[in-house]
Amino acid sequence: MKAFEKITALVAPLDRANVDTDAIIPKQFLKSIRRTGFGPFLFDEWRYLDRGEPEMDCTNRPLNEDFILNKPAYKNARILLTRENFGCGSSREHAPWALEDYGFRVIIASSFADIFYNNCFKNGLLPIVLDAETVDSLFQEVTEGYQLTVDLQEQTITTPSGRVIHFDIEPTRKYRLLNGLDDIDLSLQHSDKIRAYEQERAKRAPWLFVDQEQET
Amino acid sequence: MEGCLQALTGYHSCVFITAADRRHNSFTESMSGKTLYDKLWDDHVVFTENDGSSLLYIDRHLVHEVTSPQAFEGLRLSGRKPWRRSRNLAVADHNVPTTNREAGIADPVSRLQVETLEKNCREFGITEFAMNDKRQGIIHVIGPEQGATLPGMTIVCGDSHTSTHGASGALAFGIGTSEVEHVLATQCLVQKKSKNMQVLVRGTAAPGITAKDIVLAIIGTIGTAGGNGYTIEFAGEAIQALSMEGRMTVCNMAIEAGARAGLIAVDDVTIDYYRGRPFSPRGDLWDMAESYWRQLHSDADALFDKVVEIDAAGIKPQVTWGTSPELVVSVDDVIPDPEQEQDPVKKQSMINALAYMDLEVGQPITGIQLDKVFIGSCTNSRIEDLRAAAEVARRGKVASNIKLAMVVPGSGLIKEQAEQEGLDRIFVEAGFEWRDPGCSMCLAMNADRLEPGERCASTSNRNFEGRQGYGGRTHLVSPAMAAAAAITGHFVDATKLGE
Ligand code: SF4
Repeated sequence: MKAFEKITALVAPLDRANVDTDAIIPKQFLKSIRRTGFGPFLFDEWRYLDRGEPEMDCTNRPLNEDFILNKPAYKNARILLTRENFGCGSSREHAPWALEDYGFRVIIASSFADIFYNNCFKNGLLPIVLDAETVDSLFQEVTEGYQLTVDLQEQTITTPSGRVIHFDIEPTRKYRLLNGLDDIDLSLQHSDKIRAYEQERAKRAPWLFVDQEQET
Repeated sequence: MEGCLQALTGYHSCVFITAADRRHNSFTESMSGKTLYDKLWDDHVVFTENDGSSLLYIDRHLVHEVTSPQAFEGLRLSGRKPWRRSRNLAVADHNVPTTNREAGIADPVSRLQVETLEKNCREFGITEFAMNDKRQGIIHVIGPEQGATLPGMTIVCGDSHTSTHGASGALAFGIGTSEVEHVLATQCLVQKKSKNMQVLVRGTAAPGITAKDIVLAIIGTIGTAGGNGYTIEFAGEAIQALSMEGRMTVCNMAIEAGARAGLIAVDDVTIDYYRGRPFSPRGDLWDMAESYWRQLHSDADALFDKVVEIDAAGIKPQVTWGTSPELVVSVDDVIPDPEQEQDPVKKQSMINALAYMDLEVGQPITGIQLDKVFIGSCTNSRIEDLRAAAEVARRGKVASNIKLAMVVPGSGLIKEQAEQEGLDRIFVEAGFEWRDPGCSMCLAMNADRLEPGERCASTSNRNFEGRQGYGGRTHLVSPAMAAAAAITGHFVDATKLGE
């Protein structure tokens, strides 16, 4: 997983509450066998005027020009600013996959749905919770070319005018993102313990380890 | 009784307080024994973090085509290898056709998923039973059949009905795609221990009452959220009296009672079932395994966080009428009235279910006419289920209003055995279709499905809206009840058929 560094990036304002995972990535894309390639289908129903299907070539699809991500000014946005309860609905992990694949690294909202929030960290996305007034103030400020600097180490967001906003994050989650460690990396840091467990268990339950030689 | 006493003395409301809970108060933790779940958990903990989460060692990982492709892709993207290849066993079951298999899979999306599984298994060196292998079948059916899932194991699969394997005294539960990748890469999972619940089914069930009726009655009693946060151990005389097949049916639906895992203690039935299976240990290793497995039961003084008791003698053939497995009644009942329901959320779900299912309050269950009958799924597609259905099917012909009655064995080996016993001929002569193994119309990912508005008697485990096809209406029943519905065209009490 990519380590999260300090970023300064364009902000796209998505002024909606309760954006559910079916809006983030509609259900027909769940048939895919891949975890990459969902970026072109992010917010599919809002972004395009036709119906998206898996594996489709999106380059010539009719765009909904009113949708924020279709405006040229927000094209390279890496930070998504949105409202409360972002990522609600089904637990599909395709939602963070799509946001990450599109290029987002940070999502700022006044609250997130639980499972979505957890899934973000497994996929290198930083979800930041700010109080509703602060989120509101950012929505007031954001215009074309508006950039924010997000510093995970310092847990701060700096606005173009120099205002510094502090945010909270659990220390273990911060550690993982800063070091680009996913759950698997963390577990593999305990490889010695897993091997020791296997050795001890092989004495108690040798029938489970008869094929051991072939493997190591 | 105790619960009501507590309510009177002002502690909390009257919920399932039984003798066992009282015992909880009079023993201290250190004096008490362990539950089966405690034993299985303790045996697999690699270490526990300060926050209470543990790294749990996984003995067996089952893989199917729907939830694994992204996990394999993740492995590839990060350059990782499976920790222990031979602990994985894969099979395609959800997308496979149940007819004319030699022609391959017509739907390109389904075909791609199945081919991707094959490719991934080859690339990572994982054993897979191919679609035309006799050992192919529903992952939760072939695991025990092969002895690939054994007592005392931790077993996971990217599929919620992994709870099935708990029937052999194993800790088995479903996981998500990230966790599939985690198990492939580390042979472990990060888990928090759940609470202990015991469901005691006391006494003896009436003749003809099956495991399916018992588990539906349990879900009707505790509700689909009743097991949330718990691992359920099913116990009592009526559970012990079940075959391994029946026990699997019960544990299969633990997830429908809200519990990720269901368990049944090891006894002679379990040991006899596993003797001589292809992946079962042999010789001295078998003897060692057996003596370990025989300890896999809750200690007499073990404490449960919650105990629910059900009287087996009171259980009649069950039929679900709604769009949740808890909306279930006996075959001689009528459709219940939502107005009688106190809980507003449940009342609303009953009202919605009545509309979706197109049923009337007070309508007798036996009056419900059906369009299709499905006998199969990881709940009820084992040999015993097919025998029970054939026993009924031999007494008649599929009724004229039934457009399709299909029997889908759980595995190629079950299909073969059924054919040796002549069950296929009974079904075909009665007008049923005899198909190839797979998930089939349990979830309609392949070509087998209900059309909008069609009503089906199904031996599967979920009656959610659209589960068996868009707009389809599902009634969950036992194999004998499904077969009886097929030959009469409507629900009847299969235990009284022919009286
Ligand atoms: S038979 Fe049904 S419930 Fe069982 S694994 Fe297949 S789809 Fe899932």
